[in-house]
Amino acid sequence: MTIHFIVHEEGDSVGTVVVEGVKAGDALTGWIMEQDKTVTLKTLNDIPIGHKVALKEFRSGDTVIKYGVDIGRAIAPIKLGEYLHVHNVKTKRW
Amino acid sequence: MRMATDLSKSTFWGYRRENGRVGVRNHVIILPVDDISNAAAEAVAKNVMGTMALPHPYGRLQFGADLELHFRTLIGTGANPNVAAVVVIGIEPGWTKRVVDGIAKTGKPVEGFWIEGNGDHATIMNASKRAKEFVHHATSLRRVEAPLKDLWVSTKCGESDTTSGIGANPTVGNAFDKLYPHGVTLVFGETTELTGGEHLVAARCRTPEVREKFNMVFDRYQEVVNRHKTSDLSESQPTKGNIAGGLTTIEEKALGNIQKIGKLCKVDGVLDKAETPAGSGLWFMDSSSAAAEMVTLCAAAGYVVHFFPTGQGNVIGNPILPVIKLCANPRTVRTMAEHIDVDVSGITRRELNMDQAGDRLLECMFATANGRWTAAEVLGHREFVLTRLYESA
Repeated sequence: MTIHFIVHEEGDSVGTVVVEGVKAGDALTGWIMEQDKTVTLKTLNDIPIGHKVALKEFRSGDTVIKYGVDIGRAIAPIKLGEYLHVHNVKTKRW
Repeated sequence: MRMATDLSKSTFWGYRRENGRVGVRNHVIILPVDDISNAAAEAVAKNVMGTMALPHPYGRLQFGADLELHFRTLIGTGANPNVAAVVVIGIEPGWTKRVVDGIAKTGKPVEGFWIEGNGDHATIMNASKRAKEFVHHATSLRRVEAPLKDLWVSTKCGESDTTSGIGANPTVGNAFDKLYPHGVTLVFGETTELTGGEHLVAARCRTPEVREKFNMVFDRYQEVVNRHKTSDLSESQPTKGNIAGGLTTIEEKALGNIQKIGKLCKVDGVLDKAETPAGSGLWFMDSSSAAAEMVTLCAAAGYVVHFFPTGQGNVIGNPILPVIKLCANPRTVRTMAEHIDVDVSGITRRELNMDQAGDRLLECMFATANGRWTAAEVLGHREFVLTRLYESA
């Protein structure tokens, strides 16, 4: 079974794409490393290797969780399966 | 020599120096005190086979803590156990002798030469004669068997992307967790790059004193950033390369970064830039996140092997500290293969678990310690980059 994206632990709201060529509409399988489980979703955008996919819906201002920890906030609404990066998430620190 | 799961009797073959430290390389270096002495230093290295010059752009009109750091870095570089002998060249005798005396405390062969009153040509001739003697000396030395705990290992990640946090950095963490119980001396750093995860590092500090020092050092670096930043440090921290690789915020980068210290290691102490640790264990060094700067500081502190996890493909090395590159990004290990020593991209395909990846890295560590040249060494990457704190006078 091909792993398309990796999630560090259950409860994370993002996964990281680890294969090249992910296109909008693709059905992806993700591996949750800590709990050794799999999860599936459909992408809404093309997502480059190493970039993130949303595992849930976000409203603008919502906290993004990765590694079980706060890694920033959404600055726009984001749907499940959508490409998540600097255009819709920003740091809370600087 | 080494078993996959039991390191308790592990050894490596290195050069035992006069002060008891063990190095894994045997360099004779020509070390300029200042930028003016680069030409003479490089001329000596061209005359005398088996030597290596370390030219750099600084050493004039520095003052205060910045000057102290300059001396600490030059002296530490010469004192590093990977160095057999040092020829120091400066413009005048005072500062040249300060560097020579600092290195001489290790007991290794070292001598200084200065250009003022002598000129480049006489300096080059006299320094070359001494350098030749040093090479005969160094090449007569033999490696001896040493216990694992005599190996000092540093780490810093670079050109990170999201695969760093998934694969390469936790691989280092796994290796560190395996080395730590055997009394190996370790270090990690990159102060600003902990932003968003600093409370996690603070929680790992062994004592309240260590925690307090760590928090002080972390806050001090934040003040520097806040004083000089323009917007939110976008494209500098995280860098353009990080962002192209998928890292979105400094918090995300920090969490990936922190994977390097594993799950078991405690933070036993805090070091200033280029400061040598007073004992074994895991040390945090206040340091820049700029790759060559930080590796140069680790070398100056006395570390002899470096773990460098990369995502997008960092290419730097160091003149005296062998840098092992490990990578979990499938595209990078394909397109930049010549730069990568340990391929752990199998993690992303669920073909390799973290224990296996950690063991692969330790295998490479032993091979490197015993003499295998790293990719950066073979490719001639010898980045020697001094950290500056502020302008010269």
